[in-house]
Amino acid sequence: MNAPLLVFFVLATMAVLGALNLILQRHPIHSALSLIVVMVALAGLYLLMGAEFVAAVQIIVYGGAIMVLFVFVIMLLNAGVEEHTNASKLAGIAGVPLAVALMGFLAAAVARSTDTVQAAAQTGAVAPTKALANLLFQGFVYPFELTSFLILVAILGAIVLAQREKA
Amino acid sequence: MIDFLAQHADILITLVKIALLLFIVLTVNAYLTWFERKVVAHMQSRWGPHRVGPHGLLQPLADGAKFLLKEDPTPAGVDKFTYYLAPLMALALALTSIAIIPFGPDPLRIFGRDVYLGIVDLNIGLLALFAITALSVYGVALAGWSSNSKYPLLGGLRSSAQMVSYELALTMSVVGVLLSAGSFSLRDIIGAQASPRLGVFGWNIFPQILGFLCFFVAAVAETNRVPFDLPEAESELVAGFHTEYASFKFAMFFIAEYTSMITVSCLCSIMFFGGWLSPFPASWTFTHFLPSAILIPFGLWVIWDGIRYETIFGRIILPGLGTVITALGALLVVFPAVNEFIQGPFWLLSKIFVFLFVYVWMRGTLPRFRYDQLMSFGWKLLLPVSLANAVITASWILVRGGQ
Repeated sequence: MNAPLLVFFVLATMAVLGALNLILQRHPIHSALSLIVVMVALAGLYLLMGAEFVAAVQIIVYGGAIMVLFVFVIMLLNAGVEEHTNASKLAGIAGVPLAVALMGFLAAAVARSTDTVQAAAQTGAVAPTKALANLLFQGFVYPFELTSFLILVAILGAIVLAQREKA
Repeated sequence: MIDFLAQHADILITLVKIALLLFIVLTVNAYLTWFERKVVAHMQSRWGPHRVGPHGLLQPLADGAKFLLKEDPTPAGVDKFTYYLAPLMALALALTSIAIIPFGPDPLRIFGRDVYLGIVDLNIGLLALFAITALSVYGVALAGWSSNSKYPLLGGLRSSAQMVSYELALTMSVVGVLLSAGSFSLRDIIGAQASPRLGVFGWNIFPQILGFLCFFVAAVAETNRVPFDLPEAESELVAGFHTEYASFKFAMFFIAEYTSMITVSCLCSIMFFGGWLSPFPASWTFTHFLPSAILIPFGLWVIWDGIRYETIFGRIILPGLGTVITALGALLVVFPAVNEFIQGPFWLLSKIFVFLFVYVWMRGTLPRFRYDQLMSFGWKLLLPVSLANAVITASWILVRGGQ
């Protein structure tokens, strides 16, 4: 087994274990920490595929800013240990088969494309930041700008809601 | 065994470099506390530490021994895992960030291999540093939360809000530098500032003065130092986020804070003050003797001061130290090749030292921000100014037709 593939499996295991821990932990802070582990493992996977810029941004934006806000809110509300309620019957009846089906689809897709996973891990071809910038600001400039507009609207909405509560 | 070492020489060299850098950084950390206490003391007309060793020079050793030997109680009701994780995270992330800093331009040739001063040279150096900074907030926030005590919780809340707010300005303020260098690599950023025609005026500080001011203020806030030390705020929150930590776990937060001070000083010198570039024109070769010209008189002064020192121990130690410093300065004159090699590191370290002094100076001078002032300063002044700086730099590059 070659080194990149080994690193891939280590990072992938870390991400999956982190995600499992996120669901199984009963304390919100521990769940949030597990999510950070998942984010960092994903960043490692991006790095493995040569997408250095995306990896760094993944950690800065998701691992840093967004998860800090999660942790901040959990700390501010001083949320305690979750109480387990009886799961609803609908979730049991409809959810379990659906989850199994989704897992099956994903597993099938992954099983078919093992060689592409290996190829991506092996080439180590660097996707330069410049190429990414060209894509964002030339090829997809309108969707990109529209997305930022959408985020701006969401921020304004949050401010309006917060102001109304105060008045 | 020999074969194995020869095959994996790169790994071996990197491990040795890591060990060396850790040793240097931790020693510098220890003496930075001594330096800070001395400078602040003299600013307040006190003597500072001067009992342990001559001029208190052994005080860091005494502090270290005290940290190691003190009882380490764990308060009741703490969240054990997070409580132990927090100082580890703070220290590990702070020390990792130093690995990306390059300390000199030229490689050292050892056994026919080029060994660069610096552990890794990343394409995305600056972004990687920001990624590490982004994660380092968890050390402080989790310490505050897991201590099961109200003052640390307040400190942790303050720090996460503060670091999220100032991280934006921090990242935006360097966009101008990145645009003019066209690279995230710290080596390339220094390279872009080297200009034979402009000399010292080619450094980023002149076109990027706004960016530098924003960066420095935001970086001081990120390192939780005065005047942005609200997470610790000893007059309001006892000791803030690390109130419930004792012994070496407290020392880990302490070392983390000082290490990030060093990292910020490195970044300021590299991004805005030309890194290892000399401020003098290249034709002024006599400036290459500046390290000797500083070391020899300083060493002689230490000898002169040591002979008159009040304790016998000091009368032995200080002249010895002075002789070593003078000899170092003399050796640089004798070996011109060594002298040429240390020019880059000498200028970089001098600039780093100036920024560390500014840190201490601010601590001795400025009062702490109020929380609402902190927030409005960050969001209403720092962020718009750094954004404007980015836009102006981008337009200037566009108008000039570069890149």
